[in-house]
Amino acid sequence: MRPFDYVRASDPNGAARTVAGNPQAKFLAGGTNLVDLMKEDIERPNQVVDVTRLALKEIKPLRGGVSIGALATNTETANHPLIRSNYPLLTQAIVAGASAQLRNMATNGGNLLQRTRCQYFYDIQMPCNKREPGSGCGALQGINRIHAIFGWSDKCVATYPGDMANALYALDAVVRVRRADGQERTIPIADFHRLPGDTPQKDTNLEHGELITAIELPKSNFGKSAYYLKVRDRASYAFALVAVAAALEVDGGTIRNARVVLGSVAHKPWRSREAEAALTGQRATEATFRAAAEAAMRDAKPLEHNAYKVELGKRAIVRALTRAGGL
Amino acid sequence: MNDELDDPVSSELTDDETALLNEMPELAGLGLTRRTFLAGSLGVFALELLATEEALAALALPPDAATATKAGGNVVKVAFKVNGAARTLELDSRISLLDTLRERLELTGSKKGCDQGQCGACTVIVDGRRVLSCLTLAATVEGKEVTTVEGLAKNDQLHPMQAAFIKYDAFQCGYCTPGQICSAVALLDEARRGDVSHVTEDVSVTTTRLTDDQIRERMSGNICRCGAYPGIVAAIQEVHSGRQTQHTWHFADEEQLARVRKEDGIETV
Repeated sequence: MRPFDYVRASDPNGAARTVAGNPQAKFLAGGTNLVDLMKEDIERPNQVVDVTRLALKEIKPLRGGVSIGALATNTETANHPLIRSNYPLLTQAIVAGASAQLRNMATNGGNLLQRTRCQYFYDIQMPCNKREPGSGCGALQGINRIHAIFGWSDKCVATYPGDMANALYALDAVVRVRRADGQERTIPIADFHRLPGDTPQKDTNLEHGELITAIELPKSNFGKSAYYLKVRDRASYAFALVAVAAALEVDGGTIRNARVVLGSVAHKPWRSREAEAALTGQRATEATFRAAAEAAMRDAKPLEHNAYKVELGKRAIVRALTRAGGL
Repeated sequence: MNDELDDPVSSELTDDETALLNEMPELAGLGLTRRTFLAGSLGVFALELLATEEALAALALPPDAATATKAGGNVVKVAFKVNGAARTLELDSRISLLDTLRERLELTGSKKGCDQGQCGACTVIVDGRRVLSCLTLAATVEGKEVTTVEGLAKNDQLHPMQAAFIKYDAFQCGYCTPGQICSAVALLDEARRGDVSHVTEDVSVTTTRLTDDQIRERMSGNICRCGAYPGIVAAIQEVHSGRQTQHTWHFADEEQLARVRKEDGIETV
């Protein structure tokens, strides 16, 4: 690992100023991804600003919804009574990820910022536009079994690997960030992660030095009519091949409102408005769910080794909606 | 080696080990063999390891390596507690908690498996929560309390989880065991708190009673290459629920051994 200066931040503004003032500085929270990437010589900060002591851990009611501190751990968040009772989809998504040890370390802010698990990103002997802009994409013509079927470019076919963000997207989350000048701004979760385009080195629309302080969720009417389905190579402790965050508002058997967000199929959590349109106003039946699944996958563009994700995705959508609808 | 197998275990055992053997006579014979193996082979392993680590340390950084840090500029002073004892160390900012425990504090119970957060062998408990020490920078544990496998026993009294692992033969090579045990100990606290898991059917309901499926899911961060999982689940289940599972194994007795030797056509072993 390359040498770096370790700094322990004592206030959010100072932390944001320090990182904003040094292009090679990084925030450190749980470290579960950053430390690993530093060991692999993929991330190369010369200054690491430890933000874990900042008072950004509170989970509290906010205007009928909830504000979740960026530095609350994944475990604390998943098990918080407010989240378990009002946002069970979020709890399900968090505990579908990683292992108990990692969830105890990982923070909510850090979880949003985890980087892709593309093998070509991790292998510094291979070209990767995300790691080394301009070097090419090893995965495009390589073994691209775990890669994107939506929204990819010829510069990058990597996926966003996380679970939590898929549920946050279905729950209309907003990410609150602090800038170096002390000002705050909010970023809707839909605009937080981005598609690769010509600049896959940028995973998100955060600016360097902006510190995530909280994730806010509005009041949700989905309640228990939601389900997070994760399909992976083994039963636990693996990244998703396809994940589905499904949520329904059903009134007298008719779907009034629906959310379908797919994970591990694109460079960002992939909301399927096509599926949602096929659900809204329809009866909550398996036939409706199948139509929604077909609609969701109509424009999928699989690569050489991941065409299976199209059929897998359809079946996963039907099953997730079936569980969400309590059928 | 064969002669030693037949020797009664005695002189080389510590008081702890003797007490354990008195409680569990089926373990007789194992301790001495293992001890002899360690005494005979550790030296060679250790030398090789040392040579490798020195060679790695001497590797030059790539020419574009960050130069902002002056030589010695990345030293961090860290004060924390390990197994109840206060420790203050001056550390390279890059060193993991795992390497600090093993290389600086001579607590080699925590194991380095993958060193990248995929195996769980390095699991320790920090401020009551199980974490991976290989992905924890030592600098970040300032003021915290770390418990390693060495800190679980109370004097000569094994932690119930340690005793259960022995009882249920919950290991073969033993390399993942310290991580498994630390993980299992913390898991019981999580269950007492009513924490949910991926296999919890309704996350709004607080459940503290663990099924075997719950234990498997909650222990999925600890990989066992020998496949001792059935014993691990049984050990945790007994400590969690008090439910005794009958021993599924025992050492072959002389009669059985003689029969096998005869079938194999071997007169003496």
